[in-house]
Amino acid sequence: MISAPDVVAFTREEELEDDLYREPPLPEEYSVPLFPFAGQGANPWAKVAGSKFTRDFILISEFSEQVGPQPLLTIPDDAKVSGTFDLNYFSLRIMSVDYQASFVGHPPGSAYPKLNFVEDSKVVLGDSKEGAFAYVHHLTLYDLEARGFVRPFCMAYISADEHKIMQQFQELSTEFSKASECLKTGNRKAFANELEKKLKDLDYTRTVLHNETEQQKKANDKGYYTTQAIEKANELASVEKSIIEHQDLLRQIRSYPYRKLKDSEFHPYEPECALERADVGSDQDPTASEPGETQLYTHVPSYTPKLIKAKSAKCFDKKLKTLEELCDVYFFTQTLDQLHHIERTFRGDVCYLLTEQISRALLKQQSVTNFLFEDVSFLDEKPPEKQYRGCQGLGQGAIDEKCLEESLAPKVVISLGSYKSSVECVPIKMEQEMEVSEEPKMSESVMSEHQENLDYLDADIKGSISSGESIEVLGTEKSGSGLTKSESQASLPVIASPQAGRSKVGSRRTVSEDSIEVLSTCPSESLIPEDFKASYPSAINEEPYVDDDEGGLRFTPRLNPGIDDGQDDISKQESLVQVDAACCIGKESPNFLEPLAELGQKPCEEDGVVRIPPQPYRPAEPGLRGGFPSHDGLSGGLLPYELDSRYLAGHGSREVSKSSLDECSDSTSYISSATSTCSDRTPSPAHLGCAAGDRHRKRAGQNALRFIRQYPFAHPAIYSLLSGRTLVVLGEDEAMVKKLVTALSIFVPNCGVYAKPVKHWVTSALHLVDFQKWKLIGLQRAASPAGVNVLHALSRYSRYLSILDADSKTLRCPLYKGTVVARLADHRTQIKRGSTYYMHVQSILTQLCSKAFLFTFCHHLHLPISEREPEESVVNRRMNFLKLQLGLANEDIKIVQYLAELLKLHYIQEPGQGGNPLLRFDYVPSFLYKI
Amino acid sequence: MLRWLIGGGREPQGLAEKSSVQTIGEEQIQNPYTELLVLKGHQDIVRFLVQIDNCRFASAGDDGIIFLWNAQTGEKLYELHGHTHKITAIAPFSSSDVTEAKADLIITASADRTVIVWDCTSGRQVQKVSCFHSTVKCLTVLQKLKVWLSGGSDLCVWNRKSDLLCKTSHLTDAGISALVELPKNCVAASVGKELIIFRLSATNHESEGWNIVEVKRLVDHQDNISSLVSVNDLTFVTGSHVGELIVWDALDWTKQASECNFWDSSVHPDVQPEIKLSQSPHETSVQHLTSDKECVFAAVGKGIYVYNLQMKRVIACQRAAHDSSVLHIEKLSNRQLISCSEDGSVRIWELREKQQLPAEPVPTGFFNMWGFGRANKQANQAAKKMQENIPVYFLELVGDLIGHSSAVQMFLYFGELGLATCSADHLIILWKDGERESSLRSLTLFKKLAQNGDLQLRL
Repeated sequence: MISAPDVVAFTREEELEDDLYREPPLPEEYSVPLFPFAGQGANPWAKVAGSKFTRDFILISEFSEQVGPQPLLTIPDDAKVSGTFDLNYFSLRIMSVDYQASFVGHPPGSAYPKLNFVEDSKVVLGDSKEGAFAYVHHLTLYDLEARGFVRPFCMAYISADEHKIMQQFQELSTEFSKASECLKTGNRKAFANELEKKLKDLDYTRTVLHNETEQQKKANDKGYYTTQAIEKANELASVEKSIIEHQDLLRQIRSYPYRKLKDSEFHPYEPECALERADVGSDQDPTASEPGETQLYTHVPSYTPKLIKAKSAKCFDKKLKTLEELCDVYFFTQTLDQLHHIERTFRGDVCYLLTEQISRALLKQQSVTNFLFEDVSFLDEKPPEKQYRGCQGLGQGAIDEKCLEESLAPKVVISLGSYKSSVECVPIKMEQEMEVSEEPKMSESVMSEHQENLDYLDADIKGSISSGESIEVLGTEKSGSGLTKSESQASLPVIASPQAGRSKVGSRRTVSEDSIEVLSTCPSESLIPEDFKASYPSAINEEPYVDDDEGGLRFTPRLNPGIDDGQDDISKQESLVQVDAACCIGKESPNFLEPLAELGQKPCEEDGVVRIPPQPYRPAEPGLRGGFPSHDGLSGGLLPYELDSRYLAGHGSREVSKSSLDECSDSTSYISSATSTCSDRTPSPAHLGCAAGDRHRKRAGQNALRFIRQYPFAHPAIYSLLSGRTLVVLGEDEAMVKKLVTALSIFVPNCGVYAKPVKHWVTSALHLVDFQKWKLIGLQRAASPAGVNVLHALSRYSRYLSILDADSKTLRCPLYKGTVVARLADHRTQIKRGSTYYMHVQSILTQLCSKAFLFTFCHHLHLPISEREPEESVVNRRMNFLKLQLGLANEDIKIVQYLAELLKLHYIQEPGQGGNPLLRFDYVPSFLYKI
Repeated sequence: MLRWLIGGGREPQGLAEKSSVQTIGEEQIQNPYTELLVLKGHQDIVRFLVQIDNCRFASAGDDGIIFLWNAQTGEKLYELHGHTHKITAIAPFSSSDVTEAKADLIITASADRTVIVWDCTSGRQVQKVSCFHSTVKCLTVLQKLKVWLSGGSDLCVWNRKSDLLCKTSHLTDAGISALVELPKNCVAASVGKELIIFRLSATNHESEGWNIVEVKRLVDHQDNISSLVSVNDLTFVTGSHVGELIVWDALDWTKQASECNFWDSSVHPDVQPEIKLSQSPHETSVQHLTSDKECVFAAVGKGIYVYNLQMKRVIACQRAAHDSSVLHIEKLSNRQLISCSEDGSVRIWELREKQQLPAEPVPTGFFNMWGFGRANKQANQAAKKMQENIPVYFLELVGDLIGHSSAVQMFLYFGELGLATCSADHLIILWKDGERESSLRSLTLFKKLAQNGDLQLRL
């Protein structure tokens, strides 16, 4: 026998080494280029050279009629953020590309000045020299003293990452529209107030003049008019003309909300109490340009008008109103809040944003199961969410929501012509609960379809950008409110488009240097007559058709096959269809109760490496494929469940999980293009929106990781939580108990859409009712008599409880022999970071959810197939399904059964009523675990 | 110290009786109740539960409020306010008459000396009677005669419209504690130690007119009669505070049999005399009686006794069925017996026939008395009375329900719908068969799916 050392003896060391060294270097085209900015900082996410600011920010600029373009404020309001970036210069650039038709003044045919209700314009600008790219949102505000009554403003989201701007264009547009709408609403209100005051002044002036004229007439008995009298008369005439003009203006500004209401769903603000606040605020404003008036002017009708000089001052020395004055303090702060929100939302790297959006969109689709382990309120709140509603389609929920919205539509009181009405009647009202979102609501599915496609469109257009010195207008898009479409159109994108697969050839253009190029602009809404729009909206909005072309293309690679045809089916329905089909198969094919072939392959995940790509459950009979519109014809598509198993593959090491993520993104040209270019940019603390929630997750994940490493009996403890048995963490030290509770809380399924059934700290004795409410309780152990009671209660209700004693490190709970928890909480896991572990847990829990979903919604598992079928056979079938089909062992079955029970309860529950909380339990013996 | 760490079920409450109370482990295969619903609403002790129909029941207690519940969903149907004091008696009055419109009524009596008749379908007060001189302590409905009786310091007869038909003279200040309907239009009323038989007779001229006359007074009990139950058309049973159990003939009101101190262990030679030590007068009180065709089940003190009417003897007993007084027992159809007690627990028992020959039960009993091997010997703890040729029965604990934190006053068995228990902790708990509920939910789920049209295949 030749042993290993012998073999080595025959080889020469030099040769070995030579071989290694002589290996030819990689051909140039295969080598990965070094990170170009490696010299400046090792971190590829460090800021790219060229941009002079450290992170994204929002800039508000004005084109002042006195001094030209000037920056007003930045968000965040921190000099460090904008750094050496020349805000003045950039303001000039962004203000010089205002495409809106903002003609105001005396139109040729009209005797009176006419206010034009101009829609905002939205453009994307790039300034490669500055290394800045911006989403620019232009808007005009009304100011009685301004030239033509308008003041042009713009809000810009400035980022060094053009991909981010392009890909988040729609989201930015939506969010900025909200801010703009808020600003404009406040402005209209302020403008109306100003007009009213002015009218009162004029009225008063007229009276005074009239009296004077009369007096002169009386005094004058000569029979002819003096020049003075004629002057007075002229003055009177001009005042009267001015009154009429202002009345007209007031009427126009008042009629605005009414006109908007004719559009689909416009929700004006209705500040009930806010009005008062705003008024008070404006009263206190010391910088008001007309202190006398402002002071006097309140809802108290004690405004004493003042005489207006014949020659009103329209000089350059006059101080223009600030933005704050222009739009009412309340609305101004609302707007700032919204802008801050935008800044927070879009902070971070674009790939992070996208991943987050995708995962949220996917979660959103799992409308039946997502409440179990996800924070649904978080899902709902998130505004960027809305864009993905389309994936969900007009489900029952969506419709309900719409109805709700409609019913919420405020009744606007419009008093046309009666300009004397007090401020309270100003028909600009705000729904308190709607907060900042005045953004005209649109049928969400349409919107989402839209935005996705626009996204894609943008991404495509982006391809045509070539760098240059010039400012490039990459894409403009008409105001968000213009997107509003009728219901009927909502159904348009639902139809699976035959061109879904059509390849989109990005038209690449050569951009001349030093020129401003407008790549695409859409006409402002104001240019199109109202009636025309109403009758044929798509004439203006070409998007729907674009949608049809692109919906599938964009969607397919990104999302799972459940919706890959771009249909707006709710995933729920989709899956139901599948389930149903499965039921049919069950009836027809006798081998249904045998494990499917694919299932046999599944265990290979267990060693942490996926050797065979996970397969979706395939129907046995191709004839019934109709029920599975999505499963074939996709290449590399991912079921949500598959996605999870890919994460699973990453179970173990972060690197692997990262690569699996890459894999995911590779399958999507869309993302890959995004990541390849963007991932090397922008410091990404990876906070999206709710940073607190994120931090919480991270911490919980970290604690959980520590828990599973520290406690050998973590598995039965987690099993208790997953199977709905209340786990009590008992301990003297509050901090320690709370930490454990936080750690374990990520395993607790939600019972409803309310908060997690977790109580971090209780000091009094527990009662049965508590176990209904809470599934994880931190309990104080005290030496006092009360503490004895607490322990007594624990022993009394011990059958409903698992008790983790944090002090003595013991656990009393039922035995667990399943496999799911072992995968969930492997104490030898290589995962280091809390957030990674959290995601790992989420993925396995999602997998469990999908199993529970299948189990819950398989008709024949719960009901007899035929009338005469005995109950036992149904029970047998059910158990078979759980064991063989879902591959569950021992106690895992109970987990899925419990989740299924929660799903049932959730589904059955009427939306209105809370429903009685149930407590389900088993009579199973408990065991005591020690370290 | 931490006894719960030892595992193996709940701990007995009183240390003195610790060894004698039978316990069951956490594994209860025969216990079907694996789901519970807590019904909150009452603000004081809930004392009464009464079934209205197949799926509704009413609860009442010391807060004077009556709640109507759906036994399936636990939904609160109505909250009936009208009494200012605690409820002392409650009785359902459902019209089985076809001619009348179906109306389920419940009659409640309260310490505020009023009786209110409620309509269960509308949740409205139908009638309020407030001409009583004392609190009405018991109510009974004679369905055949379409009248109801109220027993306080006197006995009144009312018709369905709550018109007073007749009443007895003032009987006693203590008042009637229990009423039971007997054949031939008779009722037995327990008044202190006495048992008074009344007969209702129709007056000649009017169909609606009734007269009530006292027929007989039975004074065989040594102490106050605490429970009174009718077994069948021929017999009824009474129990007293000192633990007398008398079986009466329902037709001629003669004593058929009596057990005076049948729980006294000295009667049963096979039971160790030590048990006597824990007996006190209070613990021999017959709290509640129930019966099926052949047996009377008596809740005596902490124990449950099964008295066979034919054999005229106690055939099985569980001397320490609970940690404290048993308040209510009920016999189910499947040889099971449910008892609830002041200790806050509800226990399910099964009456089983013992197969083996009577040879060794004495040592077993002995060891069990002292708590040896109690974890694994659940089967043969019952004290037995052994005689040749007579089948031996024993009560086996098949399950217990722990949920209430205070005395369980009463329970209501709803068959497969479950079990409702009410307690001094102000709660009502609906115990349900988890399996059944789960499948019911599935059914609802698929119904709803079909309703929503989600079940259709999309091709």
